Amino acid sequence: MVYEERNIWASLVVSVLGVIVYVVVVLQQAGGAPLVEVDWVPIMLWTIGGSIVGAIVISIVWGIVAGMRDPDGVGKSDQRDRDIAHMSTRVGQAFLVIAGLGVIVLCAFEADWFWIANTMFFGFALSSIVGGVASVIAYRRGLV
Amino acid sequence: MVKPTRVTNAIRATREAAGMTQADLARTVGVTRQTLIAIEQGRYSPSLELAFQLARAFGVGLDDLFDYPGE
Repeated sequence: MVYEERNIWASLVVSVLGVIVYVVVVLQQAGGAPLVEVDWVPIMLWTIGGSIVGAIVISIVWGIVAGMRDPDGVGKSDQRDRDIAHMSTRVGQAFLVIAGLGVIVLCAFEADWFWIANTMFFGFALSSIVGGVASVIAYRRGLV
Repeated sequence: MVKPTRVTNAIRATREAAGMTQADLARTVGVTRQTLIAIEQGRYSPSLELAFQLARAFGVGLDDLFDYPGE
């Protein structure tokens, strides 16, 4: 597995786990009450911060382990990595656009900030996850 | 489902005939070994620049290394 694919796997695993943890914590805090009453800001900020740090830590640790087996491959990326990254960005971007449109609609109807922020949050999360899955498929099945 | 490329190549046969390993050729053209494997197996279409570099590494022309069937 090449350096860039390891980074994508790390980011993908952390994104999926981050979303699951976020949903569980928010639902627990709500405890059956309306979701808009949850103090979502610290939960969301901790999830985003934790995801970024988690992905970096996993990449570094995995990189060290992989580097011991294949010292030549450490930190190396090439044209195929860049092509896959471009494709992944294109795939993921669709979800950012959908989330952006959703935010505009929610603002137009003066929805609670909870729904506006969470629409954007899940837009980012879906964009990252779908883009990551597309990248992994491209690495495994091919990109032609 | 990934659409297979119609471009085929003779990189593996040419490389083996030249006595080169995948690691040797990958290092020569500046890609990872995994990228070279993907090209040899037809799972990745190299850029024109990389195709020229591969052909030059063997001292052959593009047509000797890559083939694109007519309609």
